[in-house]
Amino acid sequence: MNRLAPSRATRWIIGILVGAFFAIPLISTFLYTLRTADGGASFERWAALLDPAASATIKPIWTGLGNSLILALVTVVIVLLLLAPTMILVNLRFPRLRPIFEFTVLLPISIPAIVLVVGLTPLYLQIGRTLGTGTWTLAFAYGVTVLPFAYRSIQASIDAADLRTLSEAARSLGASWPVVVWKVLAPNLRQGLLSASLISIAVVLGEFTIASLLNRQVFQTAMVVVGKQDAYAPAIFTLLALLFCFLLLLIIGRAARGNRKATS
Amino acid sequence: MTATIAGVDAAASTPTTAGPELPARRSGLSWAWLGLVPFSAYVLLFLAVPTVLAVGSGFFDGDGSFTWTNVAALGDPVVLNTFANSAWVSLLTAVVGAVVGALICYAMLGMNPQGAVRQTVDAAAGVLAQFGGVMLAFAFIATIGAQGVITVLLRDSFGFDMFENGMWLYEVPGLILPYIYFQVPLMVITFMPALAALKPQWSEANLTLGGTRLGFWTRVGIPVLAPSFLASLLLLFANAFSSYATAAALASQGSQIVPLQIRAALTSETVLGRENLAGALALGMIIIVGVVMALYSLIQRRAARWQS
Repeated sequence: MNRLAPSRATRWIIGILVGAFFAIPLISTFLYTLRTADGGASFERWAALLDPAASATIKPIWTGLGNSLILALVTVVIVLLLLAPTMILVNLRFPRLRPIFEFTVLLPISIPAIVLVVGLTPLYLQIGRTLGTGTWTLAFAYGVTVLPFAYRSIQASIDAADLRTLSEAARSLGASWPVVVWKVLAPNLRQGLLSASLISIAVVLGEFTIASLLNRQVFQTAMVVVGKQDAYAPAIFTLLALLFCFLLLLIIGRAARGNRKATS
Repeated sequence: MTATIAGVDAAASTPTTAGPELPARRSGLSWAWLGLVPFSAYVLLFLAVPTVLAVGSGFFDGDGSFTWTNVAALGDPVVLNTFANSAWVSLLTAVVGAVVGALICYAMLGMNPQGAVRQTVDAAAGVLAQFGGVMLAFAFIATIGAQGVITVLLRDSFGFDMFENGMWLYEVPGLILPYIYFQVPLMVITFMPALAALKPQWSEANLTLGGTRLGFWTRVGIPVLAPSFLASLLLLFANAFSSYATAAALASQGSQIVPLQIRAALTSETVLGRENLAGALALGMIIIVGVVMALYSLIQRRAARWQS
C-alpha cells in the first residue's frame, strides 16, 4: 500500500468537487441540445442532423468534416512516410544527431500556432499558385503541429524495441534494408505508429487556428460559421467530437498498456 | 491496420538510399545522410521558414524596406494593454489550473496507473487539454451564454442574473472559466509523472524516524516537488498565452488579447495605421513564450534529477 496516498474521504471530496466543475459544462451542453422551442425536451435536434431537408444550415459542417478527414489522412501519411523513417534512420545510423533532432521536432510546442500562421500566410500564397488552393495542402502545416505528439509516441516504441540488434540480426541473415524496415522494424514499432496516427487524427480534427486564418473550410471553422445562425448544431457536434477524441485517446492508452505488458 | 502497412511500405523507401548492397557499414554511412534530406527539407520549409517570416516580417514595411515602426508599435498603449490582458488572464488561469490540477494528481496518487480510473482521467485530460479549442467555447456558450442552461436555471429558479452588469462571457473575463477548463487537464498531464515518482519509501522512512504525515509533506514532499510544480506552472502560462481558438470562437470580433490582435492585423490591412503589425505582434509573443518555455525546460531538467 502506498503511504503517500490520500485517505478515501479526501480522494472522494476532491473527485466530486473537480468532477462537478468538469461535468457541468458537458451536461449543460447536452441539455442545451435537447431544448425545444416550447421549453420541453426532445431529441429532435439530434434527429434533424440526418434529415436532409432540415440540414441546409449545417451542410458546411459536413463539408468541413469531410475536408478534415482528408487532412487527417494526408497528415497521417506525412507522419508514417516522412517522420517515422527519419526517426528510424536517426536512431540507427546517426545517434549523435538525436539531441538536435529531438529539439527540432519538439520545437512546435514552443511556437504558438498563431505565430506560425503569420509566417504561413505568405508561404501559402505561393502554394496556392503552384499546388492550388485545395484544403489538403493544409496538411503540410498540420504535419508540423503534430510533430511533437507523433514523435513522442514513436520514440516510446523505438526505446522499447532494440532496433540495432533487430536490424543487425536481420542484415546478417541476408535481408536487404527495405526488408529489414518493412518486415522487422515496422512490426516492432506498430504500437507507436498506431498511437502517432491516432493522435494526429485528434490534432487535425481539433485544429482551428491555422485553417481559420488561412481561410480553409475545416470541421472547426465550419462549426463557428454555422454557430452564428444555429447554436444547437455546433453543440451537438462538440459533444460528438469530444467523445470521439476521448475514445481515440482511450485506445492509445490501452494500446500502450498492452505494449508495456508485452515487453516486461 | 492498413495505416501501419502503409507506414511500413514508406519506411522501406528511405534507408534504400543507404545502399542496400554495400558490404561494409562504413561505406553505407556515406550515403545514409541522404535519407535525412526529405525530412530536413520539410522542417525547413514548414517550420523554420514560417517562423523566420513571422518574426522577420515585423521589421519590413509594405514595400519591403527595413523599418522599426512596426516593432516600435509594441510600445503603443493599445498594444501594451492587450499584452497586459493576455498576461493576467494567462497568469490567473495558470495559477488556478496548477493548484487544482495538482490536487487532482494528489487524489489519484496510489491508484493503479493501468486501472480504469487513471486511464479514463488520462484520456479525458488529453482531450480537454489539447483538442478542446473551439468546442470548449461552444460548451461554455451552451452553459453560461445568454441562453445557457446554467444562466437560465439561475435566472428562473433563483432570480439571479449572471449578466446583470453586461455580457462578460465574450469579453476578457469570459475567457477565465473556459481557460481553466483546459489548464487543469494540462496540469494533470504534466504534473502527474512528478508526483507519481515520489517514493513511498521516503514516507516510510519519515514515519520510522518519528515524523508526521504533515511533516513529510512540508519538509520532503513539497520541497522535492516544487521545481516540477513551477515548471508546469510556466508551461500552463505559455499555453494560455498562445491559445487562440477558444478566444476566437467566443469573441468573434475585437482584439482583447494578443492572439486576437494578430487576427485583426492579419484580416484587415492596417491596424493602428501600420502594415505588418502582425509580424511585430508575433515577435513580441514569441519572445515572451520563448523565454517562458526556456525557463520551463531549464527547471524541468533540474526537477528530473531526483526522478530517475
